[in-house]
Amino acid sequence: MASIAIENVVKTYAGGNTAVHGVSIDIKDGEFIVLVGPSGCGKSTLLRMVAGLESISGGDVRIGDRKVNDLDPADRDIAMVFQNYALYPHMTVRENLAYGLKNRKTPKAEIEARVAEAARMLEIGQYLDRKPRALSGGQRQRVAMGRAIVRKPAAFLFDEPLSNLDAKLRVTMRAEIRKLQKRLGTTSIYVTHDQLEAMTLADRLVVLNAGRIEQIGAPLEIYHKPASTFVASFIGSPAMNLVDARVEGGMLWFGGVSVPLAGAQGPVTLGLRAEDLRLAAPGEAAVQLRIEHVEELGAQRLVHGMVEDQSLTIALSPDIPLTDTLPIALPRERLHLFDAVSGKRIETRVPAFA
Amino acid sequence: MTAISAKPKVQAEPAKRVQFDNALLPWLFLLPQLAVIVVFFYWPSVQAVQSSFFIEDPFGFGSTFVGMANYADALASREYRRIASFTAVFTVLVTFLSLAIGLLLAVKADAVIRGASAYKTLLISVYAIAPPVAGLIGMMFFDMHIGPFVQMAAWFGWNMQVGLNYFDTAFAMVFVSVWKQIPYNFIFFLSGLQAVPVSVREAAFIDCKNGWRRFRTVTLPLLMPTAFFLLIINITYALFDTFGIIDVMVKDKPANNPITLVYKVYNDGFRGNDLGGSSAQSVILMVVVFALTIVQFRFLEKRIHYG
Repeated sequence: MASIAIENVVKTYAGGNTAVHGVSIDIKDGEFIVLVGPSGCGKSTLLRMVAGLESISGGDVRIGDRKVNDLDPADRDIAMVFQNYALYPHMTVRENLAYGLKNRKTPKAEIEARVAEAARMLEIGQYLDRKPRALSGGQRQRVAMGRAIVRKPAAFLFDEPLSNLDAKLRVTMRAEIRKLQKRLGTTSIYVTHDQLEAMTLADRLVVLNAGRIEQIGAPLEIYHKPASTFVASFIGSPAMNLVDARVEGGMLWFGGVSVPLAGAQGPVTLGLRAEDLRLAAPGEAAVQLRIEHVEELGAQRLVHGMVEDQSLTIALSPDIPLTDTLPIALPRERLHLFDAVSGKRIETRVPAFA
Repeated sequence: MTAISAKPKVQAEPAKRVQFDNALLPWLFLLPQLAVIVVFFYWPSVQAVQSSFFIEDPFGFGSTFVGMANYADALASREYRRIASFTAVFTVLVTFLSLAIGLLLAVKADAVIRGASAYKTLLISVYAIAPPVAGLIGMMFFDMHIGPFVQMAAWFGWNMQVGLNYFDTAFAMVFVSVWKQIPYNFIFFLSGLQAVPVSVREAAFIDCKNGWRRFRTVTLPLLMPTAFFLLIINITYALFDTFGIIDVMVKDKPANNPITLVYKVYNDGFRGNDLGGSSAQSVILMVVVFALTIVQFRFLEKRIHYG
């Protein structure tokens, strides 16, 4: 167990492409960090640099108090779980688990004890003498986890480990990974493109975009205060509504309705979460939403429509009767404002009600 | 027994089977392939077995049934046994060297070309050179007048006389046979190596620091199906397909030259006009190869993991 420091790490490929631009993350001992972003954002590259599977073009990676830039992957005291499991197909489950320990000259009795413990934890004891081929996807994933656990490494690295599983299994495995990590207290870095996975697993989230960090923070902190329009649209489902609005003389104007607001001026991007919007009470100031189509999710209903010429999605209870146009109230306390050009968050104050 | 029955039952993957409505149709599809095998393999084999029991008149006027006399003659002959032992040594050397060098080159190439497809194509294009051309070039290396290897040997005081000196001829034969077979093995080993999943290699990188140990415990076992296939192909090559190389090296040369059993079959049958004796020899050879293949499949294949 150890802390991991990623300091100004850069990855530049031979062709001159830069995949990671000076990323710094301080990971505390025992922390579960999730790197999340769309494909091609450099999250996997970053993880592979920590693992030692990619060379580091610039900056330092420290695991514990050791700088590991030039160490072999086997010397970094990390264990990795791969997306397609990467089990050794010619070895039994037991041999797969023991392989890394055997190569490190761990005493036989110790290996047996650790394999038995991991098998018990992951409930794969009955498969120990099978080859990976005879296992289902979920079982293979458990074995891959087991291979990481038996090593008792300083850090676990997960590279989209659940992407190959079906939706139901993914939810179960997600919970198990979280429980296991809490129990073992091993520092973990987890890469995913699934924002739901990221939200549910992470102690802290790192949102990456085009090789740069957009935001680091606890999942709820990021959900409530996204640092940019990119983060706002990436975290949360359905994606946050981003609409053009104007701030003039301390008033925010959108859809013919104004809300008092301080701290910005001129054109802005207004972020509204679908779940924060609600039907306006009679007489309340409201924007008019023309309904275009409706998604029934059972517990709630996503209503997609237009306010003037901008599209807006709102989550409503299925009990509310739908009409062609719905009056929608703007949630004063839950408005997100972003710079219209840079997309960066603008801190605002909602003046007290008069 | 209880230990076995307690084991969880492994579910076999369902085999994909094509269903035919007409029982005759599958045989019809097989017919061209079967015809080729019958005409070019079974028929000649049966003829060989048959004529091995006869002594043929050299001018083709008739034949006499002699039972096992042809076999007895062949096996009792000191010359036959000498050639058989040379064939064994030759086959072991050629198979081992061409497999080992092919594997070594493939491993080295694989480390460089992961992903670089242009480079890969370039390396694999060696395979497009026709084997006889490659063989001919190889033999020119050992030509007594213009061969560069003969000159190089001369620098070290080795007066190489291919076609005259028994050992020199054997050396050149092994050398050219190995040289000609390496590209073939290289291609198969390379594609076998490329089929090892990247993530499995990477997992091994994290689990094992020592490169040689990693190769031995992860890469090599995954390469075994390829290696086993190549082993059989290479033994067959060394026994039979080296005929052309041997022919070019020893034809029209004095008699004291190493030859393999296949070449002796040809010599006795078509030069010596002893069809019966040569048939008996080829039947012996057939039995040996058959036994060898069975042994390989029975004992080696069991240890192989097919992905």
